[in-house]
Amino acid sequence: MTPLDLVPVWTLILGFGVFMYVLMDGFDLGVGILFRRAPDDAARDLMMNSVAPIWDGNETWLVLGGLALLAAFPLAFAIILPALYFPILIMLTALIFRGIAFELRFKAAPSARHRWDAAFHYGSLVATLAQGFVLGAFVQGFRVQGRFFAGSSWDWLRPFGVLTALSLVLGYALLGATWLIMKTEGSLQDWARRQARGLVIAVLLAMGAVSLWTPFLGARMWERWFSWPNIVLLSPVPILTAWLALWVWRMIDRRSEVLPFLGAIALFTMGYLGLAISLWPNIVPHSISLWDAAAAPRSQAFLLLGTLFLLPVIVAYTAWSYWVFRGKVRAGTGYH
Amino acid sequence: MMTLDPLILSRLQFFWVVSFHILLPAFTVGLACYIAALELMHLKTRDRIYLRISVFWTRIFAISFGLGVVTGIVMPFQFGTNWSRFSDITSNVIGPLMAYEGLTAFFLEASFLGILLFGRKLVPPWAHGFAAVMVALGTLFSSFWILAANSWMQTPAGHEIVDGRFHSLDWMAVIFNPSFPYRLSHTVTGFLVTTGFVVVAVAAYHLRHGRAVEECRRMLSMTLWLLTVLVPLQILLGDMHGLNTLEHQPAKIAALEGHWETQAPAPFIVVGWPDQQAEVTRWALEVPYLGSLVLTHSLDGAVRGLKEWPRDDRPPAVIIFWSFRIMVGIGLLMLLVVAVAAWLRWKGRLYDTAWFLRVCEALVPLGFAGVIAGWVTTEVGRQPWVVYGLIRTADAVTPSLTGGNVIASLAVYVVVYLLVYPVTLYYQLVLIRTGPVAEEEGAPAIAGLQRSLPARAAAGAVPEPQP
Repeated sequence: MTPLDLVPVWTLILGFGVFMYVLMDGFDLGVGILFRRAPDDAARDLMMNSVAPIWDGNETWLVLGGLALLAAFPLAFAIILPALYFPILIMLTALIFRGIAFELRFKAAPSARHRWDAAFHYGSLVATLAQGFVLGAFVQGFRVQGRFFAGSSWDWLRPFGVLTALSLVLGYALLGATWLIMKTEGSLQDWARRQARGLVIAVLLAMGAVSLWTPFLGARMWERWFSWPNIVLLSPVPILTAWLALWVWRMIDRRSEVLPFLGAIALFTMGYLGLAISLWPNIVPHSISLWDAAAAPRSQAFLLLGTLFLLPVIVAYTAWSYWVFRGKVRAGTGYH
Repeated sequence: MMTLDPLILSRLQFFWVVSFHILLPAFTVGLACYIAALELMHLKTRDRIYLRISVFWTRIFAISFGLGVVTGIVMPFQFGTNWSRFSDITSNVIGPLMAYEGLTAFFLEASFLGILLFGRKLVPPWAHGFAAVMVALGTLFSSFWILAANSWMQTPAGHEIVDGRFHSLDWMAVIFNPSFPYRLSHTVTGFLVTTGFVVVAVAAYHLRHGRAVEECRRMLSMTLWLLTVLVPLQILLGDMHGLNTLEHQPAKIAALEGHWETQAPAPFIVVGWPDQQAEVTRWALEVPYLGSLVLTHSLDGAVRGLKEWPRDDRPPAVIIFWSFRIMVGIGLLMLLVVAVAAWLRWKGRLYDTAWFLRVCEALVPLGFAGVIAGWVTTEVGRQPWVVYGLIRTADAVTPSLTGGNVIASLAVYVVVYLLVYPVTLYYQLVLIRTGPVAEEEGAPAIAGLQRSLPARAAAGAVPEPQP
């Protein structure tokens, strides 16, 4: 009996997990990025309350992404993580400060509150920058020898990484701003609209810059996008992205409450899709394919059995928890 | 002079981050179960004392759990950043176990935690109770999977090795490997006991100051009943775990007993200083026959000494000799406390014996120290292997790391944890000092984030008059 090839299924699951993380922690990191710019303390209370009950679940997708990579594509895990030693360290410590800020900000004395404001803001900002550098290093690829990462722990620090880091900050901030449009009202909502309007343009420019740079990172990526007939077949990706950005702008102008957030998610989807097109079928770009990195079929099958049952259950109760906390955040209904 | 060896430094770093992390599950696993029990008792009896106790502990739980989550995220990344060869070699076997931990436990905990902390007024009471039970279940599932992975590293089974990498042959044999049932029950019971002693200490503190008397009596009484069962049970489980270790990892037992020569009958060395170089235990204070009695449950059973293993295969005896004695000493001290409590209860003096309440307060760190000591005993005792008898720890470290890399990351973790742990502890102490408080009239005890409350939830949320 030839075992069924589970690699495509696991690619989808891993892709789904990482994308869920980017979207869900993306908007609450984005709220943190915008936190210091907020008009006043009352606004900051509301901003934090809008994500407090759900940030924990959002961040869990990061763990799932890491564990799914370890379990389903262990060789990729064993090569990529050492290469990203410092960005991961920086991200993890930033997430620590930001995570405890959620628990402690409302319990702190008013005089100490600004410290937790700073922990939340800079934690979110630094974690996002680190993730952006991870993205940049990932797209550029890693030096590999046999089954090991063979580069230095500073390979990630390159100009392209700076661009992706800044782009991700803008992207998460857009998700955060549109989330706040949906979850708040009155002057805070107006403020979020103004932020979102500027950010959508900035994000479009950033995505353009990353997209133009990426094909120059490797002949393979160049061919993927610019060889015939790909250049025609793939042209809807950038065109749709530009159109989406415009649409989000218009929805913000029309004072739509929910659509800007959905539009921002769609923008991220396009970016993610573009990345997948550039990298397919490699999981360690330029060197190791999904199939080379895959775990033994028995291991992938054993985990798939439970995952196919558990993942829908997780999505269901996550949805329930979002449903319970639906609607606008209001002042005076703090839970702390 | 110590050179900048990435292996030693990575081990130090792992020790540092896992030791700090384990303090939180040691507290939150038990506390989640306690909160779930209180919520269920409140649903069943409608006695609002349970509710006030639960609200009090839930606020403390939120801080510990939050820190547990963020320090827990650090852990799986360690496997990749510092132990990438270990990941590459073993992930076919332990990768799925750890992924199952994430799938069955982390999401359950995180999603229902939101409802538990902020949803009391937003969902019907039964749903809130359900959320509490789910959080508790999540912590137990988490313990199940991570200890299955850990036990497999201690007593690997159900696998084959092909081209230097592990492959699973039988998942039931992998998960229910020889040490797993013992390790799981001993660890989880240890977590419950640790939480129990914290609850007892907090209740004792407030009782001694005459505050929240009703709630604290209930806390003290409930928890001491539980500990009366759990502490002797834990000692029994420890003995069984020890015998299991003797069967599967005899070198670990020889090291923690400080035995170098195989003897029959063997004495028990109460205190001493095992010298790895000279292969003797110096200044040993021995009780004849007791070693055989404890390990073989007979007076003249043979007990193997460390000299039966090559030098390179021996765990560092002095560390686990002492960590084991600290753990056992803590267990016996706890047994004494529980016995005194039972006697005081029989005399009807449990709540007003000031010296006993003071002792209870002083014993807060006991469980945590016991958990760390036990963890050190089993993990250092596994050395020099990362997968016992098969892969050496030295062959598991990431090849690309330099000593400087790990010094930098270790320094960051040291600074961050030394900053974050005291700060979160401080905020928890503030909450603990405040104690269980009477519910405020009409105040939304817990969050409101929606347009309007569902009618059912609102009806269930009408505050009752204070007694």
